Amino acid sequence: MVNIEKYFGLVCALKNINLQVGRNEIVGLIGDNGAGKSTMVKILTGVHQPSRGELYVAGRKVDLKRYNVKTAHEYGIETVYQDKSLGEKQVLWRNFFIGRQITRRFGFIDVKKEKEIANEIMLNTIGFRGKGITVDSKVNKLSGGERQGVAIGRAMHFEAELIVLDEPTVALSLKEVRKVLNFVHKIKEAGKACIYISHNLQDVYEISDRFVVLDRGEIVASIEKKDTSLQDLDDFLLTYAHGLKDKRES
Amino acid sequence: MNRTRSIIKILGKIEGLPVATVLVVLIIAFMITAPDVFLKWRIYMSFLQTVAPPLILGLGLTFVITAGEIDLSFPATVAFAGYVFTWSFKNFGESMDPSLAAAGGLVLALLAGGVVGYINGVIVAKLNVPSIMVTLAAQFFWYGVTVLLAGGLQAALTTIENNHIHSLFVGRIYGVIPDPARGRIGIPVQALWALALTVFLWFILNRHKFGEAVMFIGDNPNVARVMGINVEATRIQLFTLMGVISAFAGVILTLEMRVFYPTQGQGMLLPVMAAVFIGGTSIAGGVGIIVGTFFGSYIIGSLEAGVVATGISGFWVQLVQGLVMGGSIILNTLLIEGRLNVLGQRFRQWGMPVGTGYTPEGQIPPQSGD
Repeated sequence: MVNIEKYFGLVCALKNINLQVGRNEIVGLIGDNGAGKSTMVKILTGVHQPSRGELYVAGRKVDLKRYNVKTAHEYGIETVYQDKSLGEKQVLWRNFFIGRQITRRFGFIDVKKEKEIANEIMLNTIGFRGKGITVDSKVNKLSGGERQGVAIGRAMHFEAELIVLDEPTVALSLKEVRKVLNFVHKIKEAGKACIYISHNLQDVYEISDRFVVLDRGEIVASIEKKDTSLQDLDDFLLTYAHGLKDKRES
Repeated sequence: MNRTRSIIKILGKIEGLPVATVLVVLIIAFMITAPDVFLKWRIYMSFLQTVAPPLILGLGLTFVITAGEIDLSFPATVAFAGYVFTWSFKNFGESMDPSLAAAGGLVLALLAGGVVGYINGVIVAKLNVPSIMVTLAAQFFWYGVTVLLAGGLQAALTTIENNHIHSLFVGRIYGVIPDPARGRIGIPVQALWALALTVFLWFILNRHKFGEAVMFIGDNPNVARVMGINVEATRIQLFTLMGVISAFAGVILTLEMRVFYPTQGQGMLLPVMAAVFIGGTSIAGGVGIIVGTFFGSYIIGSLEAGVVATGISGFWVQLVQGLVMGGSIILNTLLIEGRLNVLGQRFRQWGMPVGTGYTPEGQIPPQSGD
């Protein structure tokens, strides 16, 4: 992303964003509420269009006027959201293929094939076994961690080069968070890149190769994991938050 | 216990089964209480004729409700399309073959319905106005347009009966049902059209990309959007489809009556909505049950005649209707959410004296105020 800016009316949500993600690199994106993390992700994944700036995928410039969720998928960018990746009342196999169904003539869905592939993803990519979850289960019967597993498995199945995880562990129990982190490790093993957004520093620290700190619509720091420790990172963020707070008060 | 639970689970998975059961029970009850009427073919042929238009409307409304929207304007569309059809038939009929004129009228009526729906859809999707308000306004507006254009008058289609379009859409098929007493009883063709449309729209909702988009939008439009569904376009298509379907129902109604009247369709709003809800489609969106709407429409359509035929006073009609509707909706909700067992346990719990501390196995003791 080069010089990306985004305005909502007169409000500037993002200013001068320059971000590069390497192949098979896991970037932890950190920032306080309202820092612009979600806006940035939505531009990257084609949900919003930026007001200004350029986007390059694998060295090629992207035509932003025609950039949307579908073209983002074609470029290999997939997203897993905190809570809005899956249709809750829909069965799993529909959720795997929503937006890019396997169709026969006239746009009718090839249900048998979709179910087969969905089953394959569940067993091999995600590693769901037993527990009464099948491709015909509805999403609202799944636990939070399992849902994120489904969303990550879906992203991996569609050969994503870059998987964006937007706060995937909010509202999950510790055990479920562990599951999600294991899924992220699988992304790394599979040779894919990942942007991981979270409030929980510990999680970000464990899985990321590099940390990018976003504050009030600007990138304020980019730190390699080898140059810092969890404690240092924590201190850095705290001083940053306090520093701004002091400035505002004066 | 386990076996009954799994049987209930399997039965719950068959689409529309609870509501089909209600219909069968209802018909059997009427057969017992009014054998003179309900053991003859004639009443069923009458149902096939009268239920067709509301059933067709219900199928469209099932899509709309599945998408988490509502359409209150279809009664006006029924009237407006009926007017367009009648006007075209009368005007074209002077200079061309009557069957061609009727066919042209049908096409124009469907187009008119499409335009009404398209406008609804654009306002809902692009301006983000809630559909209940948009379509309420549209109901008044298009009904007003129809009354104005028709000058408030009804119009008889006296020559339509021998028309090919008439026999194609609302004709009768004779010779299938024997009736020695009266000679000829025909199956109304519109019932077959309604059935064909039920099958077709089932496939569209459950097996087509469009139907899947409708379900996901009704479930959660934000999820649909981030997964690459064009929410706005789908909503516009949805309301356009509803408009065309309403127009088709309007033409069927006009053809069958052989007269257009400006208030046609006006009484259909609540019965059609009731049929969709009886069928198990959820007002919350995300789930649409076409088969349920099919049987639900027949339940609504047979209740009035049934209650009257049993010989009790006509004043009972609405009361019985309310009871049957309430019962089916509760049954549906419990079956779909698999809460029948919980209910059974709850009854047993209530049956126990207070303070014994009894709790069914696997249940958490009830909290105070639970």
